[in-house]
This record gives sequence, structure tokens and C-alpha cells, in this order.
Amino acid sequence: MQQAVAKKSMHAGEFGLVIFFGVTALLCLVVAAKTTEPAFAFHAALGVAGSLVAVFAIFNRYYERPAAEPQLEIDGKPNYNMGPVKFATIAAIFWGFAGMAVGLIIALQLAYPDLNFEPWLNFGRMRPLHTSAVIFAFGGNVLLATSFYVAQRTCRARLAGDLAPWFVVLGYQFFIVIAGTGYLLGITQSKEYAEPEWYADLWLTIVWVTYLLVFLGTLIRRKEPHIYVANWFYLAFIATVAVLHLGNGLALPVSVFSSKSYIAWGGVQDAMFQWWYGHNAVGFFLTAGFLAIMYYFIPKRAERPIYSYRLSIIHFWAVIFLYIWAGPHHLHYTALPDWAQTLGMTFSIMLWMPSWGGMINGLLTLSGAWDKLRTDPVLRMMVVSVAFYGMATFEGPMMSIKVVNSLSHYTDWTIGHVHSGALGWNAYVSFGAIYCLVPWLWGKRELYSLKLVNWHFWISTIGIVLYITAMWVSGILQGLMWRSYTALGYLEYSFIETVAAMHPFYVIRALGGLLFILGYTLMIYNIWMTIRMKEEPVNSAAFTPSFHPAE
Amino acid sequence: MTDRAASKPNATWWTRHHKLETNSIFLLIGVLIAISFGGLVEIAPLFFLQSTIEKVEGMRPYTPLELAGRNIYVREGCYLCHSQMIRALRDEVERYGHYSLAAESMYDHPFQWGSKRNGPDLARVGDKYSDAWHVAHLNEPRALVPQSIMPKYAFLAKTELDFGLIADHLRVNRAVGVPYTDEMIARAKLDLKAQVDPDGPDAEAFLSRYPKTKLRKFDADHREITEADALIAYMQMLGTLVEFKLYDDKAALR
Repeated sequence: MQQAVAKKSMHAGEFGLVIFFGVTALLCLVVAAKTTEPAFAFHAALGVAGSLVAVFAIFNRYYERPAAEPQLEIDGKPNYNMGPVKFATIAAIFWGFAGMAVGLIIALQLAYPDLNFEPWLNFGRMRPLHTSAVIFAFGGNVLLATSFYVAQRTCRARLAGDLAPWFVVLGYQFFIVIAGTGYLLGITQSKEYAEPEWYADLWLTIVWVTYLLVFLGTLIRRKEPHIYVANWFYLAFIATVAVLHLGNGLALPVSVFSSKSYIAWGGVQDAMFQWWYGHNAVGFFLTAGFLAIMYYFIPKRAERPIYSYRLSIIHFWAVIFLYIWAGPHHLHYTALPDWAQTLGMTFSIMLWMPSWGGMINGLLTLSGAWDKLRTDPVLRMMVVSVAFYGMATFEGPMMSIKVVNSLSHYTDWTIGHVHSGALGWNAYVSFGAIYCLVPWLWGKRELYSLKLVNWHFWISTIGIVLYITAMWVSGILQGLMWRSYTALGYLEYSFIETVAAMHPFYVIRALGGLLFILGYTLMIYNIWMTIRMKEEPVNSAAFTPSFHPAE
Repeated sequence: MTDRAASKPNATWWTRHHKLETNSIFLLIGVLIAISFGGLVEIAPLFFLQSTIEKVEGMRPYTPLELAGRNIYVREGCYLCHSQMIRALRDEVERYGHYSLAAESMYDHPFQWGSKRNGPDLARVGDKYSDAWHVAHLNEPRALVPQSIMPKYAFLAKTELDFGLIADHLRVNRAVGVPYTDEMIARAKLDLKAQVDPDGPDAEAFLSRYPKTKLRKFDADHREITEADALIAYMQMLGTLVEFKLYDDKAALR
């Protein structure tokens, strides 16, 4: 033992990170001591604690680890680094439940306003908690886990960096905690889907650039001549989100001892920056990233190649080129110039085509394997997710048409549209990926119970249907009520009458959300039992899944 | 192998794409180029076009108290249920007033146009209700509007406004483009107090810096300056700066 310690030395990464966290701890300590805002002091204290834990963990790991760095290959096979992937998978499952539970609470708050508890648990503070938790915490961790997994497997190379992947995964969790607690304590920029304040944004920038470097480093290490198509989508997602985050988040803090900052952009320019960011958070975070999941997990699970390689090339470039233009459709009939609105609408409609190209590529991958939909509920979940993707990417362009938007904008129709994408597409493809990943990562032959997957699928599908139909009806109803005139030419309804009319649909929506969460708890139980399952570990590379009839 | 395919005279578009498929840096550069067009074309002109940068008679920066109120509006996420953007549609103009101009949010960092109306638009809520109505409504919305689904904000009237850094807030706003003068920044704290003290010695000087401003104790139930004071001061000025009887809506057309 003594000898081993004497021989090994800290590598540059470990040393650098210890310095980095040491300095961070010191800076946070100064801020915690000098700020007059209790909430900011709390965050600074978390920064001190987190940095010290990180320093301790790095030293602890250093003393535990063997002197030599982990080999890139063992017996000619890549020595994959799956620790961060496992962690992000579990984190995704945890945050998903938290985020959806908050979603259910805010849905109930809209139906029963007495469920607001001021100031921390008012709707205005809870709603960003819900959106950030499901998009960035759940979706983000799914993307971290799958991108690190897929990049390694398709490049046949170990993840780049030793501590860097852990820095990305754990640093991202820290960002989530800071952002989420911040909203409840009243720290927010109030820019939709970009609520975290300047210091959280700064931290995320560091984490995200590291993520890009780890991902790129893994691609560069690859043993395969070609970069697999899923990795193009991951790369576009990581790089573009970095650009969007920097452009939209540019802000000047009031002081380093204040959590408050002012965005560099004002008024109409800020509006355009915001929806350039906001719509491409959908386009690159929730679409490009999740298409990458589709391009790996569906062919893998169906044991069929991608339907068309050329279609995936067209699909990829068309989606990323067109998406970035679509932002102004969030600003129809506003003070944004007309030409910009029309441009946004035109590109949104064009976007329909590559989106469906991607859907077709995903669905037709099942050619010759359609029978598996009957027997494999995991594959069924992913295929239905692609169908929902197709539905949402038709509805979106339709809603971007100005006359349609004049009715749908500001109403629940938008909320319903978002959830048919978020629940039907993003969540389902994530569930599919998680159901695939967990047995692979923990070396099990198959999930604990495919029957439970089947129950999960049907319960949550009923939940989605209730949710989106309720929102269609309430959205269109309210939009029509707002523009309804009496025979004498007066507006027919006061605003509050249109609010009161929403109540039954808000109750149905909450019920839909409840069913979705119920299905989710079945997944948690199933994953938990799969990991705990006692069986001979199998070589994950060699196994072939054995399917059982689901019903 | 791929290189040979690409260099053949009859190399197709598909084989040329191999360059991107086999080099991660090329791929990254390709992505960055592809995503740059949309943003450049749609965002950059907004900093130069007359209709987006026009200065409209009556627009002035927020008073320190209004700015503090706006920060409470931002902190509580009010924009999640209340838009501040009246669209140029008949029913909206009849319900809320003149459609919103770009100039009316030119000093807004960040903009608060919103995207969902769980409650009504607030772009022109100023002067629509009395201060007492706002105090009572924040305290218990359902006491005034029984079907309302708005949360209670009773704590605002019980919380003293923290404005120790208000001069820094003005200074940072100036750095991002809001035309606060040195005098406004230097006197920010005094101006904030002056706005709730109409009979005070600073009232006149304050009004000369911020014309068309409402001077009064907005939250009359409390002697100290509360967060409700600030928020109501902000809401009572919303949409009241531009005089639409005088506004020439053809001026921005070219």
C-alpha cells in the first residue's frame, strides 16, 4: 500500500481541478460573507460546500485508485467508462419524478388556486421549477447518459478524460440544484426556459464547454472511420445549445454580491433573442438531442439498420439549418417587425418536411420487424414516441401560421402542443432508452418485468390523451371566447368569464398528469427491481434480448 | 477508401459528405455555419430598423421605485400568466387598448411580453384600477374577483422594500443602454423615497427628472415603503407614458 502511494502521482486533471475547486470555494466564501441577500448567501454557501466535497472526493479517489491510468482497451476491447452514464441515468429518473410531480401541483393550482402557498410555492415560482426540472434536469440527464453511452459504443472508444465526465455529470446536477432552489427563493431572470441568474449561467457555461470537449474528444478517439449519425445530432445539440445559451444569457450583474442581473438586450431585441433561444431549446435540446436517441436505440432494439442513410443526411442538415429561423412564430402580431414574423412562419412550415423525414426514417427502421411491436413494449414505447414526434411537428407548423396563431397564442393550446411533444415524444423515447440502458449498464439479461412496461405504456398513454385533448378544448374555447362579439358589436365575455370556463379542463388535465406520473412510478419500481435482480451478469455486448409476449 | 471516392471525377454529393462524416472538427464547423444564418438575418437588423429603435414621445426610463417594482414582477414570475403585449388584433385593441409599440418596452431588461394569458394582459393596466384595489387584490384576489385563479401576494405589503443597491441597479441599466443620467443615479435612493412622499422637499426635483410620474403612497396601509408600494407604482405606470392621441403611427413607416 505504502509503495503504491509513493509511486503514483496526481495527474494534471486532478491537480487542476483541486486548484479550481479551491479557488471556487474561496470566492463563494467571500460572496457568502459579503452579500446582503439571504438567498444568494445560501447559494454561495452551497458553492463552498460543493467545492469542498469535490476536493475531498478527488483526493479520496486519488488514494483509492491504482497508480496507472485506466487503460483505453483491455484485450483489444474498449474499456468503456460507464460510471457517469449510470449516474446520469439514475439522476434522470429522480429528476423526472420530481419535475412531473411539480407539474401536477401547478396543474392543480390552476384548477384550485387555494393550493398556492405564498411566497415560495406560488404558481409563478413553481412553474419554472416544473419546466426546468423536466426539460433540463430530466431531459438533460437522459441526454448526458445516452450521449456518453452512444458515443463510446459507436466510436468503440473509452470516454475522453478521467475526471472530466464526472465533472460534467456532477456539475450539471449542481446547476440544477442552484437553478431550482433559486426559483423558489425568488432568484430568476424571468426569461422563459432561461430563468437561472448570471452565476448559475456562468457555472453552466463551464460545465457545458467541458461536455463539448469530452464528447468531441471521444469522437476524435474513435476506432470507426465514420462518425455514427446519432453523434452528429448529439454534436449539433451540444454546440448549438452553447451558442444559444451565450447569446440569450448575456447579462450584467448589479454587483458580484447580488444575485440580480440585467440582460444585455432590451425590449424587442430581447424578445427576438429570447425566442431564437427558446424555440431552439426545443429544436436542439428537445429535438436534435432526442433524435440522436432515436437513431441509436430504435435500430438497436429492433435489430434493424436505419431505414435510409441518405435520408438521415438530408434530415440532419435540413433540421438544423431550418430550425434556427423558426423563433419569430412566438411573436406573431407583436411589435416585432412583420417581415421577421413572416420569415419565422415560412421556415416553421418548411420545417415540417425534414421533421417528417426524420419520423419516416425512424418508423421505417422497423421494416421487417413490425411484429416486435406486439411482443416488445419497450420498442412500442419508442415507436409511439416517434409517432407523437410526427404529430407534434405537424401541429407546430400549423400553429405557426399567423391566422391560426392569432387564435392559439396566449392560450392552453400552446401548452397542449408542448406536452404532446414533451410527454409523447421526449418522455417516451427517454423511457424507451432508459428501459434499454439499465439492463445493458447493470449487466442484466432483460428488465425485471416487461408486463410492467406494458402497464406503464397504457396508463401514461391514457394520461397524455386526457392531457392534450383537455388543452385543445380549453385553448380553442378560450381563444374563441376572447374574440367573440355580441350582436351589438361588443365583446361578449369579460376576461374572468373565460378563466372560469377553463376549470373543468384544468381538472381533466391534472387527472391526465396524475396518470402519467402513476405510469412513471411503475417505471421507477421496474428499474429498481432490475438493478437489484440476482442473476449471472451477462456480457452486454454479446447478449441478444429475449422477448416475451407482453399480455 | 473514402478519400478515393471523394476524389473521383464522378464523385457525388453523397461521397463528398464523407468528409464531414469522418472528421469531427469539420462536422462541428459545418454545424456552426448551418445554424448561424437564421439568427444573423432575424436578429441583427432589429438593432438598426426604424420601427424597432424609434423613440416615441413620452417614453422615459423607470423611476427607481418603478424599477424596484418591476424587479418584484420579474422575481415572482408574473409574466408566466400575464402578457404585456397587446397584439394588433381587433378584439385585443378593444379589450386592452392601443396595440403595444416596440418603443414601449425599449427600456425593459428583460422584456416581459409573456407567452400565456392565465390572467389578462397588463400592458396598459396603469390607471385602470385604484391603488386600494391593487392592495386588496394582491392581498386576496378572490375577495374582489371570486372566480380568479391568481395566487395571493399578501406578503408583499408586509415586506419592507430592500433598496440599498438601487443606485447600482440604475448604473447597470445605463450600461445596457437605458439613458439614466449621472444625477438620476446619484439621487436614486432619495428619488425612490420622494415618489411615495408627494409633500416632501424632493418631490419637485424628482418630477423634473421623471416627468408624468405618479407621486403618492401606493400602499396606504403601511407607513414604511413596502414591496407592494413598488409593485403597484410599476403597475400604475404600465402603458401610460405614450399619449396615443398624439402618436403618429405612420412615422415609423418608410
